[in-house]
Amino acid sequence: MIYKNKKMLLVFLVPAFAFMAVFLHYPFLRNIVNSFQEISGLAGTSKGWQDPWYANYQTMLQDKNVWISLKNTLILMGMTLVFQVGIALVLAILVDQIRVGAKLFRVVYFFPIVISATALGLMFNLIFLYDKGMVNQLLERLGYAGKLIDWKSGSFALFTMFLPVIWQYVGFYFVILVTGLNNIPVDLYEVAEVDGASRWQRIRCITLPLLHNVLCTCAVLAVTGALKVFDLPWVMFPKGMPTNTTWLTGTYMYYHSSETRNTDYGCALAVLIVLLGIVAARVVNALFREKDY
Amino acid sequence: MKSMKKKKPMQLWKIPVYAVLLCWMLTTVYPLFWVMLNSFKVKNEILADSFALPLGELFTLANYRRAFDRVPIFGAYLNSVVVSGSVTLCVMALAGLAAFALVRYNFKGKQVLISLVVASMMFPAFSTIVPVFRMEASWGIVNSSNRWISLFACALPQIAGNLSFAIVVLTGYIRSLPLELEEAAFMEGCGPFQIFTRIVVPLAKPSFATVAIFSFLWSYNDLFTQTFFLRIQKQWAITRLLKELTSMEGTNYGLMAAAVTIVIVPVILLYAALQKYIIKGMVAGAVKG
Repeated sequence: MIYKNKKMLLVFLVPAFAFMAVFLHYPFLRNIVNSFQEISGLAGTSKGWQDPWYANYQTMLQDKNVWISLKNTLILMGMTLVFQVGIALVLAILVDQIRVGAKLFRVVYFFPIVISATALGLMFNLIFLYDKGMVNQLLERLGYAGKLIDWKSGSFALFTMFLPVIWQYVGFYFVILVTGLNNIPVDLYEVAEVDGASRWQRIRCITLPLLHNVLCTCAVLAVTGALKVFDLPWVMFPKGMPTNTTWLTGTYMYYHSSETRNTDYGCALAVLIVLLGIVAARVVNALFREKDY
Repeated sequence: MKSMKKKKPMQLWKIPVYAVLLCWMLTTVYPLFWVMLNSFKVKNEILADSFALPLGELFTLANYRRAFDRVPIFGAYLNSVVVSGSVTLCVMALAGLAAFALVRYNFKGKQVLISLVVASMMFPAFSTIVPVFRMEASWGIVNSSNRWISLFACALPQIAGNLSFAIVVLTGYIRSLPLELEEAAFMEGCGPFQIFTRIVVPLAKPSFATVAIFSFLWSYNDLFTQTFFLRIQKQWAITRLLKELTSMEGTNYGLMAAAVTIVIVPVILLYAALQKYIIKGMVAGAVKG
């Protein structure tokens, strides 16, 4: 009865939704349109449609860097799924076994997430410095006497780029999983213990199955999150360096829309990112939902 | 918690558990500590032994002096506070009103709006940034010689990007508030707007805090939007400044460490003071989306 006057409703709703329409929904659609147009430079005016209209998508198929960025992004998705969620799961189960210090671990594990990825990128540049950062100094102290390892070149580059990205968000999934663990009723464990189940059996047969839905949420978040990564790789490996091997879809999109004046191509790459996100989320959902315990 | 109350003489299995947990803790804490240590040493000392504590002869403030000489750091802090502060205020106001209406009013199309909000959380910044830039450029507000207009232009897409998250968090909380207080206020003659400002906002303070901190941090750390919208040195926010400072100075590693420290110290302080709200909010937003 209080909330009958629908005029007030407009006052409440219009500001937020108008804002989103102008700065989110309209640009989202506009971006798709732009990807079929010819635009050079971010602020340049459109010079009409591409010929043929899907030319950008044709170019994409032949652009070697697009394939490299796709490959790298898919690897990153796989690694976030396995390592980010995996490490978080192990840590969460371990924390669940103890009482003293559990809260401290929560606070400390979450910590890297609030730090800007830019700062972390620069920090890891120092850590992986060739002559000689933290890692190479540490190796030297541990008695490694061979040639210094250049962590940012060749076969090490991808590893060096993915490691910080994965490391940063482990705490995030950790907190989600710990919350999920706390929701499991204690009596289940007590009954199992009375029945003589070992600690490992209890984890295997109670914890993991009951955590299934939370794990599914984590998996979707990890995979779609991998698509949004930009700051850290861009700071550590700008412009696909060394020699175009480290592109991700996000960094490659930024490069074209902002640095090469191929703005329309950047828009097309952004469409690719959105599609990839939708497909990835669907696939992960299907993979995890199938299993029924 | 679990039933582990039975007295066992020694719980040896706990030792490896703590060992693993402490190891991961080391990886999240030590690197940042290491960077801060090295920001007080000159380049050669870092390269020779980066693990030594900067005591006695090793200690120097040269890196900080150089950083402050080279670029306007206080100006960049101010720019960051202006951008992220206005993002925070606008998100709280707009999302608060919308969330209140979405919970308390019944109207046609409510479900559509709610799913629209949830879907909006999925839009990656990549997919909207170019059109937003072009739109704002046609209004003449990006790269304006007026610092405040440029900062405002940078804040707009960030507000839009945070709104959907904020609405989701706030609707979840407002829904759990009891209606009785609002009914009592109505009997006393309060209109819906007064009910919102006098009853709902004070009661929902914790979730507003979550939204505020999250929006602020997200905006403060967001290099992507800053590189698009802030292109004049005087207008750089602190994250952008850090990036540019380190590319200007190339191999000056001490300065790099100092720059990192300059950017992260405010965040660390904020986190230390408010970690409860931060952790809760980030997780709430993500799980519901």
